[in-house]
Amino acid sequence: MPILEIKDIYKNFGKTEVLKGVSFSMEKGDILAVLGSSGSGKTTLLRCINFLETASKGQILVDGKSVFDANENRKISSKELRRKQLNFGLVFQSFNLFPQYTALQNVMLAPTLLAKERDDYKENKTQIIKEIETDAIELLSRVGLSEKLSNYPCELSGGQQQRVSIARALALNPKVLFFDEPTSALDPELTGEILKVIKDLAKKHITMVIVTHEIDFARNVADKIVFMADGKIIESGSPEEVIDNPKNERTQLFLNKFNKE
Amino acid sequence: MSQFTEICQSLFSGFGLNLALFAGTLIAAIPLGLIVTLGSMSGFKPLRWVTKTFVWIIRGTPLMLQIFVVLYAPGLLFGMPMRSRMTAVLAAFIINYAAYFSEIYRGGIESIPKGQYEAGQVLSMTKVQVFFKVILFQVIKRIVPPMGNEILTLIKDTSLARIVGVAEVIMCAERFTKEGLIGPLFSTGLFFLIFCGALTLLFNYIERKLDYYKN
Ligand SMILES: Nc1ncnc2c1ncn2[C@@H]1O[C@H](COP(=O)(O)OP(=O)(O)OP(=O)(O)O)[C@@H](O)[C@H]1O
Ligand SMILES: [Mg+2]
Repeated sequence: MPILEIKDIYKNFGKTEVLKGVSFSMEKGDILAVLGSSGSGKTTLLRCINFLETASKGQILVDGKSVFDANENRKISSKELRRKQLNFGLVFQSFNLFPQYTALQNVMLAPTLLAKERDDYKENKTQIIKEIETDAIELLSRVGLSEKLSNYPCELSGGQQQRVSIARALALNPKVLFFDEPTSALDPELTGEILKVIKDLAKKHITMVIVTHEIDFARNVADKIVFMADGKIIESGSPEEVIDNPKNERTQLFLNKFNKE
Repeated sequence: MSQFTEICQSLFSGFGLNLALFAGTLIAAIPLGLIVTLGSMSGFKPLRWVTKTFVWIIRGTPLMLQIFVVLYAPGLLFGMPMRSRMTAVLAAFIINYAAYFSEIYRGGIESIPKGQYEAGQVLSMTKVQVFFKVILFQVIKRIVPPMGNEILTLIKDTSLARIVGVAEVIMCAERFTKEGLIGPLFSTGLFFLIFCGALTLLFNYIERKLDYYKN
C-alpha cells in the first residue's frame, strides 16, 4: 500500500487555477523529486499537502487513510488537523527558524509541546524532556551541528540554518518529509552541505518529496522524478526516463536550458 | 516654613500627581491597547471597522480636547457629571494611550513574517502555542523601542492635566509665578528631565537584554 497518495488535486486563487489535477503516489522509503519551471505550482502543491492551503478538489491519503478530501464538507477540529499534520514535515526555502531560540531549542520546541498532551507527562516530565533533548542532540549531530547546539539562528550560516530546520522537521518523526527548494536561498558554495544531508536521509530510507532545481542532485538521489508545468504533472518516471530521455517537449526545453547554464 | 521648602513641597506633591497619572495610564492602557489591537485585527468586519474608527478619532484629535470631552460629556449627555477631575483626566489619558499603544502592537504583530506562523503550524503547534511560544517574544522585541518613545511622551503629556485644574507640577509652579517668582516654573523642567533620563536608561537596558539575537 502506498504511504502517500495524492489524487487529482486542484487549487485556484480566485480566478487563477494554479493546480489542475495533480496525482502521484509513493511507497515507503521512496524519494520523489519535483522539477518544473517557476510558477508551475510546485510550492502550491507542497502547501496544499501540508495543510497550509486548502485544495479546491482532490484527495490525500496516508497509508490508505484519507487525511484530506475536498468533497467532505465536515469541519475538522483543529486537534484532528494537528494529528494529520504530524504525518508530514516541511522544510521551507527560507528556513523559518524561530530567531529567539537556540538551534537545540528550535528542534526541541514542537516535541516538548506535543509531549504535554501525553497522559503520563506529569509523572515522567523530567524523563520525557530528557529523552526529547537526547533525540534533538542526536538529530543535530546527524546534520553535522553538534558544535552549534546553543547558537542562535542569527549566529549560523544559511547552510547551517537550513540544517537546523531539517533536524527540526525530523524531530516529529514525519512519515513523509517535504523540501521546497531547500538550497535556493543559499550561496552556491553552501548547497553541497544540504544535499549531503538529504542524501544521508535517503540512505536511512526516509520518505521524501524534494522540489528542486538541482538536476544532477535529483538524478542521483531520487527514485522517481515528476516534471510539472502549468499546474499539471506532464511527465513522470525514473531519473533516466525523465532527465536523460524526456519525451515531452516542455521537459526537453526546460532541461536544455539547464544544460546550457 | 521657609519659602524654599514651601516651593519644594508644592512641586514634589504636584509631580506626584504627574507620576500617578503616568502609572495609572500605563497600567490600564497597556492591556487595554491589546484588546483594541485584537479588535482592529479581527476577522469580524463590523468590529474591525468600529475599532479602526475609534483609533482614527482618538489619534486624529488633540488630547487636550479629549480631556474636556471626558470631563464634561457624561454630565451634559447622561446627567452624570464626573465627580473628580483627576478621574476624568486619567480616563482620557487611558483611552488616548490605549489607541496609540494598539497601533504599536498592531505594527509589531504585522511585522512578524508569515513564515513564522507557518513553521509553527506544520510542526503541529496550536494557534495559541504559536502565539505564545513563537510570536509574542518577537513582537515584544520589536515594540520596545516605539513603546519607549510613547512612554517618554506620556510623562510630558501629564502636564496637560492643568487645563482642567488638576494641580500637577506646572500648575503648582505657576502659583509662584503670580508672586513674581519665575524660578519654580523653570525648575519643573528638571523633574521631567530626570524622570525621562531614568526611563531612557531603563529602556536601553531592556533593549540590550532583548538584543541577544538579531532578526
Ligand atoms: N497566495 C497566492 N495568491 C495568488 N496567486 C498565487 C498565490 N500563491 C501562488 N500563486 C500563483 O500560483 C502560481 C504557482 O506558484 P508556485 O509558488 O506554486 O510556483 P512554483 O512552481 O513553486 O514556482 P517557483 O519555482 O518560482 O518557486 C504562480 O503563478 C503564483 O503567482
Ligand atoms: Mg516555489
